[in-house]
Amino acid sequence: MPQVPKVKGVGLVKGLGVTMGEVIRTMFPKRGALTPIPSPTRGAVTVQYPHEKEDPAPRARGVIALLEENCTVCMLCARSCPDWCIYIEGHKEKAPPRRPGGKPRTVSALDRFDIDYALCMYCGICVEVCPFEALFWSPEYEYSEPKIADLLHDKSRLSEWMETVPDFEPYEAGSDAKVKKVPRPS
Amino acid sequence: MTVTEAQQRAYVAGQAADARVNLEIESEGMTLNLGPQHPATHGTLRIVAKLDGEQVVSCEPVMGYMHRGYEKLTEVRTYPQITTLINRIDWLGSFTNEVPFILAAEQLMEIEAPPRAQWIRTILFELGRIANIILFLGDMGVQLGALTPVFYAFRDREYVLNQIEAVTGGRFHPNFDRIGGLKDDLPKGWIDDTKAVMNKVRDFCDLLEELLLGNEIFESRTRGIGVIPGEVALGYGLTGANLRASGVDYDLRRDAPVPMAWNEVDWKVWTHPDGDSFARYWVRLQETREAAKIVDQLCDDIPAGPIMAKVPRIIKVPAGEAWVATENPLGEMGYYIVSKGDLGPFRVKIKSASFNNISIVPWVTRGVYVPDVITILASLYFILGDIDR
Amino acid sequence: MTLAVELAYWQQTILRVVLVLAAVLLPAGTFVYLFLFKMISFMQSRLGPMETGPHGSLQLLAEVGKSLQKEDIVPERADRKLFKLAPYLVVGTVLLVYIAVPFGPDAYFSNLDGAVFYALAVSSVSTIGVLIAGWASANKYALLGGLRAAGQLIAYELPLILAVVGVVIQAGTLNLQQIVTAQANGEIFGWGAIGNPFILTQVIGFLVFVIASQAELTQTPFDMPIAESELVTGYITEYTGLRFLLFFIGEFAAVGSLAAIAATLFLGGWYFPGLSLDAGYMNVVGPLILLAKITILGGIVFWVRFTYPRLREDQLQRFAWTVLIPVSLFNILVTMVLKVAF
Repeated sequence: MPQVPKVKGVGLVKGLGVTMGEVIRTMFPKRGALTPIPSPTRGAVTVQYPHEKEDPAPRARGVIALLEENCTVCMLCARSCPDWCIYIEGHKEKAPPRRPGGKPRTVSALDRFDIDYALCMYCGICVEVCPFEALFWSPEYEYSEPKIADLLHDKSRLSEWMETVPDFEPYEAGSDAKVKKVPRPS
Repeated sequence: MTVTEAQQRAYVAGQAADARVNLEIESEGMTLNLGPQHPATHGTLRIVAKLDGEQVVSCEPVMGYMHRGYEKLTEVRTYPQITTLINRIDWLGSFTNEVPFILAAEQLMEIEAPPRAQWIRTILFELGRIANIILFLGDMGVQLGALTPVFYAFRDREYVLNQIEAVTGGRFHPNFDRIGGLKDDLPKGWIDDTKAVMNKVRDFCDLLEELLLGNEIFESRTRGIGVIPGEVALGYGLTGANLRASGVDYDLRRDAPVPMAWNEVDWKVWTHPDGDSFARYWVRLQETREAAKIVDQLCDDIPAGPIMAKVPRIIKVPAGEAWVATENPLGEMGYYIVSKGDLGPFRVKIKSASFNNISIVPWVTRGVYVPDVITILASLYFILGDIDR
Repeated sequence: MTLAVELAYWQQTILRVVLVLAAVLLPAGTFVYLFLFKMISFMQSRLGPMETGPHGSLQLLAEVGKSLQKEDIVPERADRKLFKLAPYLVVGTVLLVYIAVPFGPDAYFSNLDGAVFYALAVSSVSTIGVLIAGWASANKYALLGGLRAAGQLIAYELPLILAVVGVVIQAGTLNLQQIVTAQANGEIFGWGAIGNPFILTQVIGFLVFVIASQAELTQTPFDMPIAESELVTGYITEYTGLRFLLFFIGEFAAVGSLAAIAATLFLGGWYFPGLSLDAGYMNVVGPLILLAKITILGGIVFWVRFTYPRLREDQLQRFAWTVLIPVSLFNILVTMVLKVAF
């Protein structure tokens, strides 16, 4: 049961002590009030963006990167997006046969792969659903634009994001999962 | 002396203006609209208060300013897409929204997630509870006028959100639960970091106890304000900490078990007999400490194993109906899924806790002062996304 | 005031106007920067404004510039003349209070014989300004704020005045300059090293004065009239642009004015033990010493403001009438008895 303080007014004084203690901790983060020079920029929890930047976690969902060579235009990502923000266009081409004397193969070629980040909910269903490992998450977040239309990232821009995709981290002890490799463009 | 028509009209207008002001103040009372844009309501809630001076004659909440049509949206989405959407119902403890939905779907499929997934689900659930309630603890201070506790709340909530981000990739919308288990496993070093964060959470609870709970002004503003007796609370359908603060010992984690890991660890349900705003604050503070204790115990021995049960690639939930409710930070949240065997449900009914919690506002604010209305609203703790969906 | 150089009357007037504006705005600006921008930020573990000027020192200037260029909006159903008058009433009384405060042996705007009486009387005129602002705004939130303010400000006038009566009895005069001299020349049981600042003997009076001035300035825990989470900003709700700036600066200047009165009455005013009482250089050093004391007292006011939640209106009134007034009456009684005895 909560204790009612015996003396009225003790709580008020303690509250003042808490806030003044916080002021001192912010102004003199190293050794309390004994240091002569206050350094609040180190004591406060504020990260002074854009002069200082924080590192997001490697798994942070910042932007989606496309590895174009793995994409087979199966359209699974565009179909499973809850916002329908992925626009894909492709066509079928005839590629030379694997062995001489065989039939020419049909391969899909990607014409257009746009993700509209003005609509994207950053849910990750597209990345998860892709069977050919063509989409990856990258923790990059500084891509805001003055015009909304510039938030539509096309194929080439999405491929550029591949450079910022970090490697997958190792798992905690006791996990059965295997760490997958991020295919880097050769 | 004859007066001109203009003078006459000016005289009448002056009298009418006077009468308007006097009428407002001296007659049965004035109607004050608190909201929908207001610093006190957590979002777009409108309270129509009829006042007699500073006393409330009647006080009615008008909801619906944030209705986003969730139940209609779920009719045309698949299960993974719905999981993404329902993160945004209670956006502060957002993992907790996914869990009852996934559990209901798993009940229809008659599978259970492997033990490792159940434990990690529980850890993330309790982290969501901590993130949610920490904000409440600071926010109630702001409603009462204390400007500093809310900043400590946001500062210490960051640590919890960083932990959620390290696992799921999203701070506010994890979107991590899947039918049959979880999306991914824990990264290396996460368990030690989380235990350090739980120490910070406990320090924060101690700080707030000294700064706010022990403050005489806070006590005089909240003790005896908005007393809700136990039977009235049950009658109105209050759930969660509001019910426990009125003395009713009811916690879904213990009383309506679901396949999660709460009965594997040792924890306590906190109640308070008073039923006033102070009791609701106190119960939630103790619950935060309890949640930190649960996370600590769970982190100590997570069973090894797979993170996902054997489910097909394209999940079609068999036909049937299922209802699962869990003890979310705001109260009892439940999903009733009607499935016809498709990729997505036929109909989902979302029961949210805040809708019931706020239905008691007309009853409990009879005859209180205007500042007390704010205190009561703050202590009942609702989130607009949860009320309106 | 006597100056080394003979100036024409109109030049003296301009000098006085500039000096009184400086006297009002300097403490206000100091408070805004030190306490509103920096101290509350450090209490909340953050940095406050950092971009405008080094460590955000020019932020107030930026805010002034921003407010000045805003649109002049008067609500349609508001009483135009009264709506426009109210901020000037509230700020004007602060200027009038500073006229009574001595800044040095010869640096004062006027040496009133009833300075204490005058300062406290004039500082309560702002109540009318607050009430006008609340009522003329044609806004229910503002009206509620104004009515609350009326009750609160009038109720806390009494403890404010009664707390000062003890000092007046002990000093034997209402003249602020003579009160400073009495504190400087006084002795504590025969030890005259630091004079006799009245805070030592009038501790109760000092505490009552600080609490009552916290309520007079509508600072938390007594800020029901403004009550940001209930009434948006109470009686200031409908004010924007220059008028809002006047209320904003006026609030901090009012803190400075009551702190100046408190510093003069309880802490010894512009005098510091060890310095002379009538040298010429004290006319420059005295204001600085007074500014330092004002800053300390203002720091206490804002420290309390940023820590506590607010009291409800009826609790506030009960506190004034059942606690503060009896305590200050008791203080007067004890002072009278001891003054006659010693």
